[in-house]
Amino acid sequence: MNINATLIGQTIMFALFVWFCMKFVWPPIMAALDARNKRIADGLAAAERGKNDLALAAKRSAEILREAKEKVSEIIALGDKRASEIVEEAKAQAKIESERIVTAARAEIEQEVFRAKEQLRTQVSAIALAGAGKILGREIDATAHNDLLDKLVAEI
Amino acid sequence: MSTEDLTTSAYIKHHLQNLTCSFQEGHFHCAHSAEEAKAMGFWAFNMDTLVVSLVLGLVFLFTFSKVAKNISADVPSGIQNFVEWVVEFIDSSVRGSFNGRSALVAPLALSIFAWIFLMNLMDLVPIDYISLITQPMGIGHFKLVPTTDPNATIGMAIGVFLLVLFYSIQVKGFGGFIGELTLQPFGKFGLPVNLFLEGVNLIAKPVSLALRLFGNMYAGEMIFILIALMGATWVSFSFTSTLLFSSQILLSLGWAIFHILIVTLQAFIFMTLTIVYLDMAHQEHH
Repeated sequence: MNINATLIGQTIMFALFVWFCMKFVWPPIMAALDARNKRIADGLAAAERGKNDLALAAKRSAEILREAKEKVSEIIALGDKRASEIVEEAKAQAKIESERIVTAARAEIEQEVFRAKEQLRTQVSAIALAGAGKILGREIDATAHNDLLDKLVAEI
Repeated sequence: MSTEDLTTSAYIKHHLQNLTCSFQEGHFHCAHSAEEAKAMGFWAFNMDTLVVSLVLGLVFLFTFSKVAKNISADVPSGIQNFVEWVVEFIDSSVRGSFNGRSALVAPLALSIFAWIFLMNLMDLVPIDYISLITQPMGIGHFKLVPTTDPNATIGMAIGVFLLVLFYSIQVKGFGGFIGELTLQPFGKFGLPVNLFLEGVNLIAKPVSLALRLFGNMYAGEMIFILIALMGATWVSFSFTSTLLFSSQILLSLGWAIFHILIVTLQAFIFMTLTIVYLDMAHQEHH
């Protein structure tokens, strides 16, 4: 319990410990703690930014979806219109076509009728000739009375 | 225990005696009794105090510098967690009490806290265990707790006192420091009174630091010795002996648990007062 030179030794030791601590222990630990604090703060800021970005993206995607829906309904309406147009066109064309066919058929029928009449006329003149020949009892020269027969054919 | 008669007072004296050594006629000689130690005068060394405090200081610095060397800002683990916890605790204490900016104060506080804490912690080693090691080595006295030696506490207090003086003069200038000592609180006409009051104020700082720590640890050690004496009175399996022996176990356990608080508290008080004194040294008026 005496005060002796231990005192001096302890003071020197104390000074050396404090110097060592100040030089090699405190600064790196504090630097690491500060760096971690900064990293945590940065991380939190980044998370906040990410959250904002996410909200923004969600909003944008909803908008895009809405636009797309609008466009789709527009396209569908356009398609409907076009389809009815095509149907109308087809109908019109079919009508024209049918009229054309009907006209052609009618012309053909007329022609056919005309031809039949022609044939009938020649046959009637032949029958008339044969009848007349039988009645007269003698042969009528077909060539001598051809113009008469032609006149008759034209009259029928 | 003592090599001579096994009386109670001899036991107590034995445990309160440092291993005091000095150079005498070219030999490094260690005292065997308190009288011999006293006769060595000032130029003697308490080897136990020096060795134990040196080893503990090195343990602290080795652990912390090892962590500091490999520290990373990633997720900390193991011992790094512990070291960071201590460092943050010290840092917040310093920020709370010290208003100036100084690269010295925080590491100083850490050194003081860790070193005193470890030295105080030696108080929890059962007092007679250390002689199991030192006795075979031929060392008669060995006090394991450096802070129960006033040399250790006064030595640290002197270190702090020198820093207080240094910063007072650095911040206020030599004239400012002298002015602070002599010109307040009663102006220049009350100069002798001022000098006396402020002088006491200044000297009280290291004295209170040193004696508070020493007194607390010395008293704690003394109570450990007294508790240890209860079982030492063992005679036979009589009622009194058994009662005393079981009381020793219970009391030393209780006192040791309570001492964990004192160990930490005294280290913390020494550190906080050092910070406060240095803060006062940095301020123009107080």
